[in-house]
Amino acid sequence: MSFITGVGLTSYGKHEGSSSLDLMSKAAELAIADAGLRRSEIDGILCGYSTVSPHIMLATVFAEHFGIQPSYAHAVQVGGATGLAMTMLAHHLVDAGVAKHVLVVGGENRLTGQSRDASIQALAQVGHPDYEVTLGPTIPAYYGLVASRYMHEYGVTQEDLAEFAVLMRAHASTHPGAQFHEPITVADVMASKPVAMPLKLLDCCPVSDGGAAFVVSREPTSAIRVRVRGCAQAHTHQHVTAAPRLSELGAEIAIAKAKAASGVAISDVRYAAVYDSFTITLAMLLEDLGLAGRGEAAARVRAGHFGRDGAMPLNTHGGLLSYGHCGVGGAMAHLVETHLQMTERAGPRQVRDASIALLHGDGGVLSSHVSMFLERVR
Amino acid sequence: MTDKITDWTKGAEAIVYQSCGHCENVQYFHRSFCAACGAPDPVEKRASGAATVYATSLVCRAATPETRTHVPYNIVLVDAAEGFRMMAHGTDDLAIGDKVTASYRPFAGRLVPYFEKTK
Repeated sequence: MSFITGVGLTSYGKHEGSSSLDLMSKAAELAIADAGLRRSEIDGILCGYSTVSPHIMLATVFAEHFGIQPSYAHAVQVGGATGLAMTMLAHHLVDAGVAKHVLVVGGENRLTGQSRDASIQALAQVGHPDYEVTLGPTIPAYYGLVASRYMHEYGVTQEDLAEFAVLMRAHASTHPGAQFHEPITVADVMASKPVAMPLKLLDCCPVSDGGAAFVVSREPTSAIRVRVRGCAQAHTHQHVTAAPRLSELGAEIAIAKAKAASGVAISDVRYAAVYDSFTITLAMLLEDLGLAGRGEAAARVRAGHFGRDGAMPLNTHGGLLSYGHCGVGGAMAHLVETHLQMTERAGPRQVRDASIALLHGDGGVLSSHVSMFLERVR
Repeated sequence: MTDKITDWTKGAEAIVYQSCGHCENVQYFHRSFCAACGAPDPVEKRASGAATVYATSLVCRAATPETRTHVPYNIVLVDAAEGFRMMAHGTDDLAIGDKVTASYRPFAGRLVPYFEKTK
């Protein structure tokens, strides 16, 4: 068994003058305090990566900086799926008795630490160095390719995709830590600058500074008990050129394995936290996971299904699209928000019931997937 | 060892794929073995350049000074007649399902495959 015993999250946006280590430290401190632990009680560290400050041993760099000497520590790199992949590993580590309290941490000054071009260029390198990167694609172009095909096969429109940007912005507007608060409309998304068609500026998540952390423990440390029910991964390819057909992508494989590992069905789920690097990512993943029928996710957004008061509240902090995306920490904010919702600490954003949550992360170009079910234990 | 054919990634006007003599799998990313069955030395073959458009994305925001001078440019995934998928450039108006033929154009200091509708 394993429990998420504490969570910590900074605001996302600009943190002028803060390094990646500063942002990781801030989030880690919040998470350890939330778990009611002392630093010295952390005996495992898993961290992600920083594109601004790359290092071959980031976990020990962080441990030294933060002032702890863990018995288990290393970095994990699975792109956008890193946060949930670390959580899955932490779950297995504490379950196996390797560590008692694993600190999972990610943070990066991606917005103020480097130029936007440098960020875009760094991320484009997930493409094949000879057969893709030479053609000048960007991350939005990789996802733009997937979007064009998905829209073609399932009759999804650009206006449909815009609904997800509008929803995430509406959710972010109620979170003081979000990067963007001004409401937007479908027309605003449609009129925003073309980036990599069919994706426009407001279909894309921003570049942010920020940090997020959680503590995964073998036993609960307080009355707040959020248990990892089960999780699974799938990795079908790295490069979009080598991706399988849309009906054979990894999200469907990962969720099927996670359901089998946890005994949880989609009909049991009360809250969803789904990776949303682009509007197409969110639309596709919701449908791949079975949270909406094929081509029907946008209609469910319009009907209020994924709103705070809907049947399946989704990314109530605003997601990557509007809370912000600081790299590894980006999707970790989804888990922090899920934890706050499950433990009824989400304040004005609180949903009625988040007793069982489904989280899903995607890395690369729908390359690496992690699905996870969390459960509130009373 | 089979003969290596120089392709566009090395500056030649050619698209080259590999074909496994053991299991007949075709692959576009070159390796010294077949990724499907592991057999060594897949045979290199020159593709005809005939393909069908699988996906498109018109890039309007580029990230480097060299690529920015070409904006907008259309990144396409095409399914080659020989059975492999590849990324390339294409005319801005290409639609999914279009039958296309390869030519070559300069892009950011290199030569890249460029697909146009088959006449």
